[in-house]
Amino acid sequence: MSHDSSAIPARGKQIEQLISIFGDPVDVTMPALFVYGHSSCGKTIVLNHVLEKLKVPHVVVNCTECYTNSVLFSAILQGLSGDNDLGSWKCDNLNDLARNLRKVYESQGWNETAYIVFDKAERLRDREVNLLPALINLQELTSLNFCVILVSELPWEKFYNGVGIRQPFIVFFPDYTKSELGEILCHCRPDGVDREFYQHYISIVLAVFSLACRDLRELKHLSELNFSTYCAPVKAGKFDEGDKHKLWKHVEPHLKEALQQLYLRKVSSEEWMKLHDITESGDATVLKPVKNSDTIELPFYSKFLLIAAYIASYNPASTDKRFFVKNAGRMKKTARSMKKDERKNSHLRGPHAFPLDRMMAIFYSIVDSRVPPTANIFSQISTLVTLHLLAKIGHEDEIDCPRYKCTVSLDFISAVAKTMNFDIVRYLFDFV
Amino acid sequence: MSKMDKTLLENAKSIIKERLCKSGYSHNVRADIDIAALDLGNLLQRTVEFGESNSVLVVGAKGSGKSTLINRVLEDIHNDSKNAKNLLIVKLNGYLQTDDRIALAEITRQLKLENTIGDKVFGSFAETLAFLLEALRSGDMSKSQPIIIILEEFDLFAQHKNQTLLYNLFDIAQAGTTPLAVIGITCRLDVMELLEKRVKSRFSHRQIYICNPSTLENYVQQFTDVLLLDKAFGKTAKHKAFVKKWNSHVENLTKNSSVLEILHKQFNYCKEASPLHQILFLPVCSLSQEHQEITPADIAESSQLIFNDSKANILHGVSVLELCLIIAMSHLTNIYEGEPFNFQMVYNEFLKFSQKKSHILQNYTKPVVLKAFEHLIELELLKTKDHFMTHSGKLQKEYRPMILLVDHSQLREAVAKYPGCPTDVKQWAESSIV
Repeated sequence: MSHDSSAIPARGKQIEQLISIFGDPVDVTMPALFVYGHSSCGKTIVLNHVLEKLKVPHVVVNCTECYTNSVLFSAILQGLSGDNDLGSWKCDNLNDLARNLRKVYESQGWNETAYIVFDKAERLRDREVNLLPALINLQELTSLNFCVILVSELPWEKFYNGVGIRQPFIVFFPDYTKSELGEILCHCRPDGVDREFYQHYISIVLAVFSLACRDLRELKHLSELNFSTYCAPVKAGKFDEGDKHKLWKHVEPHLKEALQQLYLRKVSSEEWMKLHDITESGDATVLKPVKNSDTIELPFYSKFLLIAAYIASYNPASTDKRFFVKNAGRMKKTARSMKKDERKNSHLRGPHAFPLDRMMAIFYSIVDSRVPPTANIFSQISTLVTLHLLAKIGHEDEIDCPRYKCTVSLDFISAVAKTMNFDIVRYLFDFV
Repeated sequence: MSKMDKTLLENAKSIIKERLCKSGYSHNVRADIDIAALDLGNLLQRTVEFGESNSVLVVGAKGSGKSTLINRVLEDIHNDSKNAKNLLIVKLNGYLQTDDRIALAEITRQLKLENTIGDKVFGSFAETLAFLLEALRSGDMSKSQPIIIILEEFDLFAQHKNQTLLYNLFDIAQAGTTPLAVIGITCRLDVMELLEKRVKSRFSHRQIYICNPSTLENYVQQFTDVLLLDKAFGKTAKHKAFVKKWNSHVENLTKNSSVLEILHKQFNYCKEASPLHQILFLPVCSLSQEHQEITPADIAESSQLIFNDSKANILHGVSVLELCLIIAMSHLTNIYEGEPFNFQMVYNEFLKFSQKKSHILQNYTKPVVLKAFEHLIELELLKTKDHFMTHSGKLQKEYRPMILLVDHSQLREAVAKYPGCPTDVKQWAESSIV
């Protein structure tokens, strides 16, 4: 049986392999198949396509959606029987599943293989330990012609669970090469666009993004997002389609900015397109900067408290004397201090916990004016904990000497310190 | 080729596929299974004819032939026509009946006694079971019907609460009232340790061990046997000619040196029949009009797919940024001798590399690199190292200790095979000095 290669480009070999494995419907096929490959490699779409084309009874269940056994079993039975009445296929243990599967099989009068596909099968590992072996042996347990197909991103080795599972027949879906990606993205172009024009655009997109991202879904999203920016000058009449060099120069900054925001989705697609909207004259390549949602506005003393907490977290306690006491004298340059071990660098290890007293001591020394220790100041510390800028370490009972840890990054604290005209890098031990 | 021949090939294909895919039916001759079948057959014969109660455990590793044994013995009993009339067989499986309550309901169902139970409510499990078995006394010569109960995945039944079902079954088998044969099948060699004292004392301690004693010659013989067609294929002259041609081709295939080498390699990994069947599956499936015989090249290709390293396959598909992160992690693991690292340290290494050496990788912001790192965690190429100081909420994800699950040699092979890998990255993979 030949496949329709225009429907699913670049997966012809896999489609043929699956069709030959499934074989004649009346025949028995392998009781369990395991299909694996990277995400958006075409596994689910190819399976769906092949099963629908062969017109065999099948059901595809997603193990993330079916989060408990009873939902999973009901989904399987509903899918196979085509009966959408929720009540009739309630089933919460495997024994009932086996009996109901027999009922469905006989009532539909099938004498051919019925397929059950489990998408995101890695979730089945977290359920009870005997579920996966039982599902793989379904053909033997029900003595009916079923074939169970597990689809996953992880290889079969990650599924060993110490109980002993029969190994299914493994099919691997290789990732797409760069040319195949180009072919598929061209295939999905919007209507009415010239193929060569779009192909040139796709080659530019792949050149910019392919080092960081080979995921088809993400590339498709990016190419759709930036296409209007690309062809805006052509529409406005400034360049024509053949001016490849000018088009590239025009779209390059937009694509570079998209690279900075790869996968992040800080703003929605609509907002992105609005920000990169070219004005009608077609030559304004003014890029309005994406609003940085990382900065928060804090009251004056809170900012100093945060800075003090950061210094306390990342400086070892013995160096406080050097930074904060006036006329503490120079640190003796011992051989030990010269060899600053990179491993002890707190910025690599992570922040450590400090007692409240130490943070308050640092706070009083960096704030210029006299600050009375009122409840106002201390309640700001609790606010910082709620905002997850500080983390409280230790038991709830220790109200005598509470310990905290600062959980903000260096970029964030530098931005905060800049607004206060405070040079924080001078006070950090790791940068001395 | 004529239409008749096409159907012949399809017939042959479906027969062989059935032999390859169905488990519990061995096409090959195994002397040890024959002996065990004789033993077990005798036992069941005594239950059926003389009303003796028995219990036996069949123990053997997965794939060694236990289901085949049981199926063969049951078939023999069925074929003995005088038994078939009043014999009852109940098959239970530990995977399906995960609870004693479910198991009892299933026994009721298989003995077809739903009507008898009806609305009666019984106090205990034992009473229900006793009632069920009492109900099977037929009026004929006041003899009760012999029952054979087969418990597959016996070790899972031993994990039910109090082992109630097992206790009751063995108790009835011991008491000698109803002729009951209990056959347990399990893959755990230490199954006797799992039984409670009171259950163990009621068990007859009769065990049959199955193991696969094949040598390489047996293994190659199995390979040939599964492909050969026999007289049952067809009576007409055309059928016979096809069978002759097919069988001679199979014999040639077996003598081919590359095929023998592949079989030898597979035998060294695993003696069992199912990996052998998996190697043959694709070549048999690909038989068609154009491709009428299995060639050694088919078998070589199929075994190549089976011996593929799946981690190498996954590493082939990651992006260059992710590959660089893996190389950074591999160097860190090397330098710090297996101690866990965190994202901040990996990012530092990556920055050192990208600033000094490669200019194409320079323009990635930290959040993008963090996303790539998290993708690697999702692919399970990294794992969190459980540190006793880790408070799950309090440790930021950049500082969580991780270990790498990719070996340095695997990484080197992956970098060599990676399509379009930049040379800077390749050189960095070789030596950690930038």
